[in-house]
Amino acid sequence: MLLRYRGGAGMLAWAFHRIAGVALFLFILLHVLDIWLAAANPGLYDEVLTVYASLPGRIGEALLGAALLYHALNGLRIIALDFWPRLTRYHLQLWYACWVVFFVVGIPGAYLIIAPALGLPGLKG
Amino acid sequence: MAVITRAGRARPRSAGFELGVWYLIRLSGLALFVLALGHFSITHFVSDPAEQTSEWIFDQRWSGLFWRTLDWLMLQMVVFHAFLGMRTVLSDYLRGGWRTAILMVLYLLAFLVFVMGTVAVMSMPVGLVR
Repeated sequence: MLLRYRGGAGMLAWAFHRIAGVALFLFILLHVLDIWLAAANPGLYDEVLTVYASLPGRIGEALLGAALLYHALNGLRIIALDFWPRLTRYHLQLWYACWVVFFVVGIPGAYLIIAPALGLPGLKG
Repeated sequence: MAVITRAGRARPRSAGFELGVWYLIRLSGLALFVLALGHFSITHFVSDPAEQTSEWIFDQRWSGLFWRTLDWLMLQMVVFHAFLGMRTVLSDYLRGGWRTAILMVLYLLAFLVFVMGTVAVMSMPVGLVR
């Protein structure tokens, strides 16, 4: 549906922004619950933490980071276009710039998040 | 004639609640660009999830008022941004009574998230409690 609709880059930018936003919303519900748990029941929280530090947990966090990074970059693009309408002429270039930053920051970032679970060299040696 | 941008939701034409929401989403979004990306970087690149036990949270990361205040500010921005964003999303797909009912649940959830997050960020260090 997304690819057949003739909305072009702007429509994809909007769809990804919305999907990432809803995913982030759901994670925030989970995250506030687990931090609340850290205060209410520290022992149980420490057990939950092993899931976050596991390989599936870290893959999930890399995906979370991807959603956050895309939503943040495209959000800046939206704000820029809203407050400086003349930039609309370059909306496509801004959309490509978002993706350049996304991959340049995101690929090393995803590696660093997942590396510890695979015994690969990371920030902690 | 002014150019109407379609990157985000169109700016509401008249002053009022909806225009306030439109600005608040963008302002809290700007704040979260720094706060949320900073938070994610600290918890994944400066520190590592494997070492973030409850003791680490309350005794180290939240050892001073500065980080607690900053994280509480982030919580407030998140409550505005995430729930007003979901309000826009849900309003696009729901009408009438369903829309009212689901939005009421959403607002209740926002209040709950704010209270639970506030309780957590104001909790004492684990070492002091034990």
